[in-house]
Amino acid sequence: MPFLRLENLTKRFDGLTAVDDLSLSIERGEMLALLGPSGSGKTTTLRLLAGFEVPDGGRVWVEGDDVTGVEPVARRFGMVFQHYALFPHLDVGENVAFGLESLGVRGGELARRVARALSLVDLAGFERRRIAQLSGGQQQRVALARALAPEPRVLLLDEPLSNLDPALRERTRREIRELIRRVGITTVFVTHEQDEAFDLGDRVAVLRAGRLEQVGTPEDLYATPVNEFVAEFVGRSSSIPVTVLGPSDRGVRVLVEGVEWDLTEGVAPSQLQGTALMLVRPEALRILAPTPGALMGIVVERRFTGSASLYTVATDGGTSLEVSGPPRSVKAGDRVGVMPSRRAGGGVHLFPGRPA
Amino acid sequence: MIRGRRVGLLGGALFVLLIWLIVYPLVLVLLGGFHGPEGWTLDYVRLFLHRRNEAYALWGSLWISLATVALAGAIGIPLAFLFWRYDFAGRRILGALVALPAVLPPLVGVIAFLFLYGESGFASLLVQRLLGLEQPPWRLQGAGAILLVHAYSMYVYFYLFTRAGLASLDAAVFEAAASLGAGRVRTLQRVVLPLLYPSLGAGALLTFMTALASFSAPYIFGGGFRVMTTQIVATRLNGDDQLAMIETVSLTLVALASLWLLRGTRGVESPAGGRKGVAPALVPIRRPAVRVAIAVVGWSLALVLLLPHLTLLLVSFVPAGTWTTEPVPPAYTWRNYLTLIQDPVRARPLLNSLWLASAATIAAVLIAVIAGIVSVRRRERVGGAIQGLLALPWAVPGTVFAIALATAFSVHAPLAGRFILVGTLWILPLAYLVRNLPITSRAVLAGFRALDPALDEAAATLGAGRWRTLRRVTLPLLRPALVAGASLAFVTAFGDFVTSVMLYTYDTRPISMEILSSLRQSDVGVAAAYGVVLMAVSAAVFAVGAERRNAG
Repeated sequence: MPFLRLENLTKRFDGLTAVDDLSLSIERGEMLALLGPSGSGKTTTLRLLAGFEVPDGGRVWVEGDDVTGVEPVARRFGMVFQHYALFPHLDVGENVAFGLESLGVRGGELARRVARALSLVDLAGFERRRIAQLSGGQQQRVALARALAPEPRVLLLDEPLSNLDPALRERTRREIRELIRRVGITTVFVTHEQDEAFDLGDRVAVLRAGRLEQVGTPEDLYATPVNEFVAEFVGRSSSIPVTVLGPSDRGVRVLVEGVEWDLTEGVAPSQLQGTALMLVRPEALRILAPTPGALMGIVVERRFTGSASLYTVATDGGTSLEVSGPPRSVKAGDRVGVMPSRRAGGGVHLFPGRPA
Repeated sequence: MIRGRRVGLLGGALFVLLIWLIVYPLVLVLLGGFHGPEGWTLDYVRLFLHRRNEAYALWGSLWISLATVALAGAIGIPLAFLFWRYDFAGRRILGALVALPAVLPPLVGVIAFLFLYGESGFASLLVQRLLGLEQPPWRLQGAGAILLVHAYSMYVYFYLFTRAGLASLDAAVFEAAASLGAGRVRTLQRVVLPLLYPSLGAGALLTFMTALASFSAPYIFGGGFRVMTTQIVATRLNGDDQLAMIETVSLTLVALASLWLLRGTRGVESPAGGRKGVAPALVPIRRPAVRVAIAVVGWSLALVLLLPHLTLLLVSFVPAGTWTTEPVPPAYTWRNYLTLIQDPVRARPLLNSLWLASAATIAAVLIAVIAGIVSVRRRERVGGAIQGLLALPWAVPGTVFAIALATAFSVHAPLAGRFILVGTLWILPLAYLVRNLPITSRAVLAGFRALDPALDEAAATLGAGRWRTLRRVTLPLLRPALVAGASLAFVTAFGDFVTSVMLYTYDTRPISMEILSSLRQSDVGVAAAYGVVLMAVSAAVFAVGAERRNAG
């Protein structure tokens, strides 16, 4: 039995459906990312979990207990808020003690557990600091310590890194991952950044317009997106309308802007007929000199990303393609050809598409 | 949002309470004017329309208020520009002194003017001696005297609002105008004034409504000149209750109509969404002649503005019956202050005002906190209505509420929600409470709106119930707003004259009534001593407020 289960959750606000029949299972100790653009219902889902919103339909189960109607006060879910919501009139120690006091912890035991929670987030000895004296990163760690101190059953994080400087984000991300692994707490967090979701989440649930599009490990999502939305939202890709000609010995044969390409991809060819949409990862394409069998186009932009460069090619057919390639192989304004790379494997996906 | 049927019930109860305290008495007055001994009638309306002095009084209220706005604006706006756009020696001290008329409660300001410019006031006698006149050089009476007191006490609104408006301007706006080739005059006309319109509009509205409701100045200085507030009280004293009600309705209509007409002065929203850059730098004044001129004008002005305060202080040391025709009192004593504390009859009003104002303040804060929980925290459906009800007494002159409460609570009809409170201890705290609700709830609701709702949710995820959240999180964070709301309410109630004059009893006589009766007995020293007490309490409250603003 999963540790935490969301069963057909539905929430409407003034006739707008924010969360639509959402079901998810989370194992004990797992970290699940809720990923989606704004308005996808990920924050509402988190608030339904915390108990701040009452679902219009569906249930929430923890360890086999139905907690759907349980008030947030009694739910014993820890939460780290987007802007931390630290109590500004209390010092660091009083903030961390707040939840423990609700459990009736007093005296020396209280002091010990506050100290333990603070040392967990590397803030040992910070008890008497004022909140206003802390940096953003320290405030975030106090918020984590405060949420973890009463030993909640589930930890909820609302956009945990959005309030930090970009420079601090990556480091904090590592720290949070390590801390949560060490505590071993079941965690659900909300983010709109794919990097964050992939880096922190054991599994990622992609939401759109209140619906769950796909849930899986980062590798699954990248390699086998179930639809165009997930493919586009997760990682870089370009989309081109194609016509499916039929199966080939290696996979499937498509017509792209008048050129025939032989593709190997995950969707069974029998499912697709006629027009389709092809999504291609930059690394599944390569740039070469203009040759027959390649899409012709002009390099319009080159971005250096370290080990490789990302080229934007405007094809003669009017499509914009992102292609990964060795740095400095071509420059903006060059006329080039684009072909699937030899190991295009999981980088090309065909979806039943809009007509070309 | 956290579920809670109890909060919904609380909201409903508060709504009913406010309807009963605020709307119901006003409706009873409205109806009362159309109800005579023989049933429904328009006789009193006809009487009102036919009597010429009624029209005069209404017109008097209106033009006095408009003239007050013009005068107060003409004084307050240039002063704000002088002190908050230009830099010169003594700017800070003078800028603070200029706001000092605000610490004089209306009645206290009026008696200070009496001691200063009245028939035997310092200034009058001084001018009379200097010019060798038989008579005092002027008579402090009629519309001119009212306007003088109004201009003195209400330019502060314009001054403070303009100052706040100037301080909120972004320096980049001036720089942008300059870089686009606009000179000083064009920048003022096209950029600065339009951006100040919201502040100026708010100042004008506050001044107009205060002047329309003004009672102390017309009551003491009006003489034959009547405005509607004094007319209502006179009619009521004559025993023409129904006519007084019609008058009350007419004044209320004028107040509400004015509010409606002036509501459009909101001005443009800042595209920056409330965020601002750097406050504009002050323009230093370098020419020595101008510097000297400003210093002289500034300090003389400050002296003129401070004269009423100083006069009050001086007179408060004058023993009874010793000051008759001398320009300066011949003898001084501490006795007046001792009398206030030691003489049980004299100390009574002080104690009365203390407990009356405290009770009203506590109740107002309590109601405001409940309103905040219901309308801001939980966003109950009645929340909007509650906020509207709480703001309503601001638009209605104090005299109107005095009449309304006197009408509603002089009848015993428990089923109709009416009890005899007039003549009891409870009518004055109730009147103060109703009058204080707008200021208190405004401060407290603003405090609630500034609270991050996530703090409540954080407390809930940490297992804190409603009471613990309220006690440990909400109330401590609201403390500045509560202090601000409570102190403003206390000061207003402590010095209240306009409602007290109609509702007090001998046992509950507040300070203002004692000042009046001391004056009537020519016991100017004691009257002034009471005035000084009121002034000191106001000053303390304003000082605390100013300190917190600076600290924050």
